[in-house]
Amino acid sequence: MTVSPTLDQRFREAAAAAGLLDVAYDFADTPVGTLLVATTDRGLCRISYDPDPEHAAEKLAETFGLRVLRAAKPVDPARRQLGEYFEGTRTEFELPLDLRVAGEFNREVLKLLAQVPYGQLTTYGTLAAEAHRPKAARAVGVVMNRNPIPIVLPCHRVVGANGSLVGYAGGLDRKEQLLKLEGAIQPQLDV
Amino acid sequence: MSGSTGQFRRPREQASHGLKPAPQVVPTFESFYEENCDAVLRELRRLLGRDAEDAYQETFLRALRGYGRLRNADNLRAWVLTIARRVAADHYRRREATPEPPEPQRDSRPAYAELGELAEALPRKERAAVVLRYGYDLSYAAIGAALGSTEDAARQAASSGVRRLRRRMQ
Repeated sequence: MTVSPTLDQRFREAAAAAGLLDVAYDFADTPVGTLLVATTDRGLCRISYDPDPEHAAEKLAETFGLRVLRAAKPVDPARRQLGEYFEGTRTEFELPLDLRVAGEFNREVLKLLAQVPYGQLTTYGTLAAEAHRPKAARAVGVVMNRNPIPIVLPCHRVVGANGSLVGYAGGLDRKEQLLKLEGAIQPQLDV
Repeated sequence: MSGSTGQFRRPREQASHGLKPAPQVVPTFESFYEENCDAVLRELRRLLGRDAEDAYQETFLRALRGYGRLRNADNLRAWVLTIARRVAADHYRRREATPEPPEPQRDSRPAYAELGELAEALPRKERAAVVLRYGYDLSYAAIGAALGSTEDAARQAASSGVRRLRRRMQ
């Protein structure tokens, strides 16, 4: 690569600052592994576990458009708040979210999900009832599984009616890890 | 969509599976940029030397502006190199349009005004001879005539005035 890192970074920042990108992304190292964090000009639009750096841009392009570029600055606020969350100094995220691509039902459920407080649990059935679809617990489960912005939209706080963790797109270990971090479940309990 | 298996298409594969050669699918800007950044910088260095880095950023910003309108990925390298050459041409034009600013003049007053001030303390005749000779570039004959004396007297007055000035300035 003959392009110096400084020159490369300068272009990436300029592209983001000029508002020419459909989506900007970068990676964040956290206790639950490396996360892909992506944002549009409207707000945070994606957090992915176990990102594949080779194809991260392609996957984002499918949803948001071809003008995808890795750029640190647009992602910095989210990365900083995630850092504070994992240090235990942040219990609420203050980030604009871009949920344009989620369907109407998904968006409604995700907004209800965003209200579930730090360190507390709710159930799929409760969220379904709050969305005025009391029989749609399973559909709520699907919405959780497809949550585009895990951690910030806390689908890890949603459990089964019997208290079992049920599932997590990022893996049950991570769900447990997040809930322990928040003090929602006791570390010694073997859930 | 964390954890899902991506169904993104790989341009090459798609092209080879088609019955007729499909146009290349436009890649993400990220991969287009990675593919072409070195070639663009090389071309700009060849054309602009040390100004290449400014033009580099401009080239890719222009490419990004047009990227949403691309319909196929044929000749993306040629496309971006054309943009680079246009940016380089603009740089050339700008260089020519803004010539080096002239050396700022320390004093834009005419020579006679400056001399007049410098020679102010000289005896009247010497002062007049110096200013008329070196400020107005008159001949000694003309100065002599103007002062109601001779050419020789004018020459003498001017040279003793200059000597006196030199002594004072040392």
